[in-house]
Amino acid sequence: MSTATDTLPPGFGEPDAEDLRQADLPPVMPIAIATLIAVVASGIIIAAQYGRAANLTVPRVLLGVALLLVLFNAVQIWRIKQFAWPVFYRVLGWALLAYAVIAGILVFVFVYDHTPARMLVLFVGMLVLFAIDVPLMLSYSVARWQPLDAR
Amino acid sequence: MTDTAVDTPVQADAPSAPEPGAEPPGAGGHGPPPVPNFNIVPVRGLPIVAAVLIGLVVAIASNNLWALTFFHVAGGGLWTSLDLFLGLVLGPIMGAMSVPARVEFTTRFMPKMLLIMPTLVAMTLGAGFQLARHLGNLDVAYPHHGWLVASYIIVGVMAVIALGLLEPANLAVLFELKKPKPNGERIGRLMKVFIYTAGITGLMQIATILIMTFLASR
Repeated sequence: MSTATDTLPPGFGEPDAEDLRQADLPPVMPIAIATLIAVVASGIIIAAQYGRAANLTVPRVLLGVALLLVLFNAVQIWRIKQFAWPVFYRVLGWALLAYAVIAGILVFVFVYDHTPARMLVLFVGMLVLFAIDVPLMLSYSVARWQPLDAR
Repeated sequence: MTDTAVDTPVQADAPSAPEPGAEPPGAGGHGPPPVPNFNIVPVRGLPIVAAVLIGLVVAIASNNLWALTFFHVAGGGLWTSLDLFLGLVLGPIMGAMSVPARVEFTTRFMPKMLLIMPTLVAMTLGAGFQLARHLGNLDVAYPHHGWLVASYIIVGVMAVIALGLLEPANLAVLFELKKPKPNGERIGRLMKVFIYTAGITGLMQIATILIMTFLASR
């Protein structure tokens, strides 16, 4: 797809206040993507050992790393001074609801399948972090481009 | 997030009569092209999504082989086709469109994708995991376990790309279009991310399909 800038009508693609604010924002997206990678890698390692006595050391470490990253990201976002907070909370609320449903279905599958308790705890932990991390990404990536007074 | 339609000065739900001598909107005149009124989340599609998810839960709970196979194969086929179609067919077409046409297409197309893609992903992965478990393919003792783990890794990478890049870009475009003065350069940049990542995940899907058809034929 070619860039939109080459055919833009006048006044349709000039830098605005939101562009100028980007330099002041913390690196939320890279941290959120790193969190997602840790959660997904943890899930793959556990799933790859299905049917035998699984070694859960690496998944536990990854889950711990993911937890720290989510907390770090939450603090980073919380400390942003100039931000479209109403939009952020609106998107966050709906996204949390949607991803809670998705995570809930997956928890149902694991419980229904009588997943061993020590694995189930890890799976539920991963799904909780997943259901927080993705909505954080979605709400941040929308709010960062919105005017401060946007509702 | 649902039903967030807001009337703005540039939204053109019902075009008003142009003044004599005025240029048509977005035809090279001044200011942003008109943005049709739209809902970020198409509320009418939510019952369909709910029905699909309920069907998925029933399929898993009943461990019905046909239902699990249907959800997994139909979901995976549609997911792959849509990704490839977006990245390789629709993307280049959109790139060649005029800005007003691109804006109008985006406002009609992207809200639907916001519902369709996560539903297809949930269908494919949820039913796929349960199907593999039901058939005993998840077990380490399964002769082609290595191939299955390879497919987990591919799906994992796709999930990170889709959730970390594609979905945020999709949503950001829709909210940008809701502004009284959408930033065209930003929309173009975000749409590029959306189309390219859809194309990349589509190509990765081909690898998954190669593995899955190999496993199904053993």
